Amino acid sequence: MIDLKDITKVYQIGEEKIYALNHVDLHIAPQEFVSVIGPSGSGKSTLMNIIGLLDTADAGVYTLDGIPINEYSENALAGVRNRKIGFVFQNFNLIAKLSAEENVELPLIYAGTPVRERSRRVEQALEKVGLSSRAKHMPTELSGGQQQRVAIARALVTDPSVILADEPTGNLDSHTSAEIMEILEELNDQGKTVVLITHDNDIAKRAKRSIHILDGKLSEVRL
Amino acid sequence: MSMSFKMALRSIGSNKLRSVLTMLGIIIGVIALVVLVSLVNGATKSVNEQIASLGTNYMQVYIWNTWDDPLTSRELETWADGEELVETVAPTIQNSATAKSGARSKQVSVVGTTSAFYDIRGLKLEKGRFLKPVDVQNNSCICVLDSIAADNVVGYRDCVGQEISLNGIRYTVAGVLAENDSMMMFSGESTVYIPFSSMLRQYAELSGGIDSFYAIPPKGVSVSDAAASVRNWLSGRFEKDEWGNDNFYVSTMDALEDSASSVTSVLSALLGGIASISLIVGGIGIMNIMLVTVTERTREIGIRKAIGATRRSILRQFLMEAVVLCMMGCIIGVFLSWCILNLANSVVQGLGLTFDLDAGVVLLAAAFCFAIGLIFGLYPANKAAKMKPIDALHYGG
Repeated sequence: MIDLKDITKVYQIGEEKIYALNHVDLHIAPQEFVSVIGPSGSGKSTLMNIIGLLDTADAGVYTLDGIPINEYSENALAGVRNRKIGFVFQNFNLIAKLSAEENVELPLIYAGTPVRERSRRVEQALEKVGLSSRAKHMPTELSGGQQQRVAIARALVTDPSVILADEPTGNLDSHTSAEIMEILEELNDQGKTVVLITHDNDIAKRAKRSIHILDGKLSEVRL
Repeated sequence: MSMSFKMALRSIGSNKLRSVLTMLGIIIGVIALVVLVSLVNGATKSVNEQIASLGTNYMQVYIWNTWDDPLTSRELETWADGEELVETVAPTIQNSATAKSGARSKQVSVVGTTSAFYDIRGLKLEKGRFLKPVDVQNNSCICVLDSIAADNVVGYRDCVGQEISLNGIRYTVAGVLAENDSMMMFSGESTVYIPFSSMLRQYAELSGGIDSFYAIPPKGVSVSDAAASVRNWLSGRFEKDEWGNDNFYVSTMDALEDSASSVTSVLSALLGGIASISLIVGGIGIMNIMLVTVTERTREIGIRKAIGATRRSILRQFLMEAVVLCMMGCIIGVFLSWCILNLANSVVQGLGLTFDLDAGVVLLAAAFCFAIGLIFGLYPANKAAKMKPIDALHYGG
C-alpha cells in the first residue's frame, strides 16, 4: 500500500548538501505495524512527512494505494490526507481555540460529512480513546495524555487506512506512553496500518517490524 | 459556510481588544458616511420643503428697461387676457420710502401691486385684508404691511385702521401679513404693499413702467411652458441691450429647486466621497491585522492542512473572518450613527429640521464594507491558503 522507490530529499545548507533521505526504498503492506527508529537528524521526520503527503521528495516515486502521488493535484492531496491518513504528532497539534470534540470534528468538516453523521462519528472516536466525558473540554484543560488521545481520535475519525505517529509518546511520561501505545496496538489489531516514528527502542519494540534510519538510509533491524 | 462563520466569530471574539481596535477604522468610516449623508439629506429635505412652501407654480419676471417705451400694467394685463398659457398676472413696482407712525420712523421697501399678487404668491394674512381691485381703481391710500413692517413701523401686529405715512403721504393700514415676504430682495426688510395706481401717484418721477411682475399658468399648464410664452412675448416687445442681452429675466421656482438640488447632490457626493476614503483607510487596518493573524496562526493552518483542509477552505476561513470583522464594524457604525442622528434631532428640535437614517446610505455603507472586507481580506487569506503544509506545521518550532 505504501511503496517508496528511490526516494531522495536533499536540504542545501550553505555549500553543503544534506541528504535527509538518500535513495530510500520502502514497502509497507496493509495492516502492518512498522516502527521507524533513529536518532534525531537521521531523516525520520522527513520520511514521515513524505509518507504523510505533507512534503514532496526531490527524486523517486511514491506510490500510495497503487497511484503515484505526483499524479495528484494539490486539492486531491488534501483529500487523500483527509481520508486515507491520520496524523498523530509529538506535540499533539490540537487547535487551542477548539474544544476536544470540535478538534475531532474538524477532519469531517473538511470531508463534507453531514452534521448528524459528524456528531455520531465524533462520539464514537472519543469513546474509542476513552475520552467521552471530556468532549467539551478545551485542550488547555486536558493533560498531555488526554490531549494525545484527542489527537488520536481526530486521526481516526475519518476512518483512514494509515495512522502516522511521529514520536507520539515523546512528550509523555512512561505510564501515559504505555496507554497511548495500547491504543495504537488496538488500532492495528482492528486493521489499520500504523507507522510509528520514534527514537526510543522500547517503544519501537512494540511494533511487529522495525526499520532503522541513519543519515538518510534505511535498514531492517530485529530488536 | 456556517462553520467558517462560526469559526470567524470565535476567532474575532478570542482577541476582543484587537478586534475592536481594528473595527474602529470601519466604525468611524461608516459613521462619517452615514451621518454626513443623512445630515445633508435632512437639510435638503428642509430646503425643498421651504421652496415648496413658497409655491412653485409661479414665475417672477424682472424687466430691466423701464424708461424706453416702458411696459405698463394695462399692456401687461391686456396681453395676459389674450394669452391662454398665462392665467393671472400681478405687476409690481418697487421703491423705498421713509415710513412714519407716531414718533417712529423707518426705512421700508414699498411695493405697488394689484390684488392678484396675494393669490399668486400664496400669502397669508394675520389681520385685516389684502389690496382689492377697487383700491387699485380708486388710487386708495391704503396699505398692507408684512409682519416685519408692522413690528418695526407701528410697533405691534394688531394695527389695522392705524395710519402711517410713506414719504409724507398718509396711508391707512388695511391688513397685516402673517409673514415676512422674504422673496423680495433681502429677507428681514420691512415691506409695505400699496395699490399699483397709488404707487404711480406717489412717485411722480416714475415712467409708469413696471419693473417686475408675477404670473401663474392656468391649471394643467406647466410653469416652464408659461415662462416660454412670456419670454417669447417680451423678446418681441423689448429690443436687446447694446451687448445683445435680453432686457428682462424670467425666474421660475423649479429653476431654484433644480439649482438647490444640484448643490445638495454635489455636497452629498463630496462628503460621501470623503467618508469613503476613511472607510478605505479602515480597510487597510483590516488587511494589516489579518496579515498579523495569518502569521500568528501559521501553525494552525499547517494542522488544518495536515488533516485535510484544501486551499479553498483556508482561503474561505480567513476571507470570512475579514468580511465578518468589516460587517460587525458596519453594524456598530450604523447603530452609533442612529444614536448621533437622534442626538442631532433633539439639538435642532423646533428648527424644522429632521435627520433620518437614510436606508439608501445604510445599504451603501453595508455594500461598501462588504467589498472592503473582500478586497482587503483577499491578500492575507490567499497568503494563508498558499502555505505549504510542512512549512506551516513546523513554523516557530
